[in-house]
Amino acid sequence: MATLDPDEVRAPTARAVPWLRIGVIAALVVLAIGLAYVRSGSGVVVVQAVATGVLIGGVYGLIAMGLTLIFGVLDIVNFAHGSFLALALFLTFGLTQAGLHPYLALAASVPAMFLLGVLVQRGVLAGAMGKPLENQLLITLGISLIIENGLLLFFGANPRSVALPGDRGVPIFEAVANLSRILAFVGALILAGLLYLLLQRTRLGTAIRAVAANDTGAQLVGIDTRVIYAVTFALGTACAGAAGTLVAPLVTIEPTTGSLFNIVAFVVVVLGGMGNVVGALVGGLVIGLAEQLGGIYLPGQSPLLSVFIVFVLVLFLRPQGLFGRSA
Amino acid sequence: MTTTTDTPAAETAAGRPLPRLPWNRHLVAIAVLAVLLVPLPLILPAAQASVAVRVLIFALMSIGWNMMSGFGGMFSFGHAAYFGIGAYACAWLLVEQRVSPWIGMLAGMVIAAAFAALIGFLALRYKLRGAYFALATFAFAEMLRLWATNSDFVNRAVGYHVPLRTDSSWWWLQFEPSSPNYFWIALGLTVVALVVSVQFVRSRAGQFTKAARDDEEAAAAVGIPVMRYKLLTMALSAAITAVAGAFYVQYFLFIDPDLAFGSSVSIQAILPAVIGGVATIWGPVIGSVVMGPLNDVTATMLRNPPPALEFLQGRSGLDVIVYGILLIIIVLVLPKGIYGTIRQRWSRR
Repeated sequence: MATLDPDEVRAPTARAVPWLRIGVIAALVVLAIGLAYVRSGSGVVVVQAVATGVLIGGVYGLIAMGLTLIFGVLDIVNFAHGSFLALALFLTFGLTQAGLHPYLALAASVPAMFLLGVLVQRGVLAGAMGKPLENQLLITLGISLIIENGLLLFFGANPRSVALPGDRGVPIFEAVANLSRILAFVGALILAGLLYLLLQRTRLGTAIRAVAANDTGAQLVGIDTRVIYAVTFALGTACAGAAGTLVAPLVTIEPTTGSLFNIVAFVVVVLGGMGNVVGALVGGLVIGLAEQLGGIYLPGQSPLLSVFIVFVLVLFLRPQGLFGRSA
Repeated sequence: MTTTTDTPAAETAAGRPLPRLPWNRHLVAIAVLAVLLVPLPLILPAAQASVAVRVLIFALMSIGWNMMSGFGGMFSFGHAAYFGIGAYACAWLLVEQRVSPWIGMLAGMVIAAAFAALIGFLALRYKLRGAYFALATFAFAEMLRLWATNSDFVNRAVGYHVPLRTDSSWWWLQFEPSSPNYFWIALGLTVVALVVSVQFVRSRAGQFTKAARDDEEAAAAVGIPVMRYKLLTMALSAAITAVAGAFYVQYFLFIDPDLAFGSSVSIQAILPAVIGGVATIWGPVIGSVVMGPLNDVTATMLRNPPPALEFLQGRSGLDVIVYGILLIIIVLVLPKGIYGTIRQRWSRR
């Protein structure tokens, strides 16, 4: 990265909260909401957009936390992240078909994706550690092609859906949000909080942060970096798995659904600063909002277009992300 | 992967440049191969001839990608943008304006080159590197896809059908479906692209670009205008890939936003070069020859699956799974690609 961020120099654990930056971001968000109000001229539309955006933004945050963790520790741009999410979607679909409550599928999808993450990292990615970035990028790309098209091969392209028992609309101010959406948001925040605690408060988390900061140094003090690499990658894919189960009632389940989330997660990761776990959560909320408000600014265009516009602007104007890099 | 170098003809073992010859062994090989391939569509049955055309389309796309990402060292994950621009420029001019596809092809090359130079300028101006650069190129291709899907200007998600003609015509680039002309045109375009890439690598611009790839600061320090040559490389790369897009439309007679700008198109531009050997002249060609027929083999297998896999009949996706497995194996086992590895073995002897 070209510019040296003061936070990078300071400390990886962000004890000093960057209040100024949070203030600037909050001001931009308020401005964007105000502009959306001017553009649409209807309060209900804006409130609905903000509610939907924030709720899905929490899930984006969880997905992106996994992706950014992998980048921060393993230095891998994981193109397969969305396909792990798609796998979890199909797993959830299968389990609900068998009569299980959708959220109980978490107990299966999280360990399953964790295990798969370990296998993929040890089996395939470990051989490419320390090689040029393109190699890892191509390998994860290959993994995503295999998973996504494997799902296509075995399940076909027919869209499927998962119904949450007792799902209903919940009024928020003048807007309405589905209960499943609210529960996905709450679930994502809880899991994100647990991940944060794991990273900050446990020995494992300390080891992960140590490897992220300096892997040679970590090795010197007796941390087995190979184990940490595998565990970190698996934690990241487990995040994608959890998010897959949480969003299962909200989306149409197709083999390509994961790649949409993958794209958004990349945007969030860059926005939050590559390797910055807290930044990913904040970035998720911002991108969730941008997506929904973009639908108001550019009617008739896909909401993803505004996500990409934000992405390109961030890449060019602030490539280190909103909060700089720290892991 | 980007550290392999090429053009042994321009250097001797002592590092002193040889006098520049008007021809080199790559050009001779291209000429011989082209002549040998000319009778191919007359020998092959129709189904195999269409595989051969697909191989050439892959090769064109990948030769373009290789120029920017192999020789230039700027890893592009968004070559679908240039392929799609070529395809859409050709289709739009033909359907909406009744302009010959040859002119559409030229227009597509120019627009794609300009677009690549614009992206390149922004990316280099803001010093995007590595993952950030790849993600930026990816984002631009996706933006084009989303824009095309939702814009009346290019017929939204429906895309374009090339109007069928009753007669064969070189000017309108349309023949009977089984005509060998398609193969010959694709062969001609691929040969031109190969010659351009050989000449590019031998030229001052190509050498400067490679110098900038290997050590940008050193290159800038000896006075190479790095930005100018990188932009030139990107524009040339985009133009070649746009030709593939334009020809694709004329051959398959149909284009829509996903076929033109989808991320799978970018992957199809990357794979042949990676399989064959990044930053080599012949890598993309060899990779295409491996990849092209795979598609056909897997499709046949899914149409008549072996008894154990009966339930897979009529499904799709197997070809891409094979690409994915191939990609991982190549990157892990032969990171220099097939041609790159063979060449290394030979030169060591």
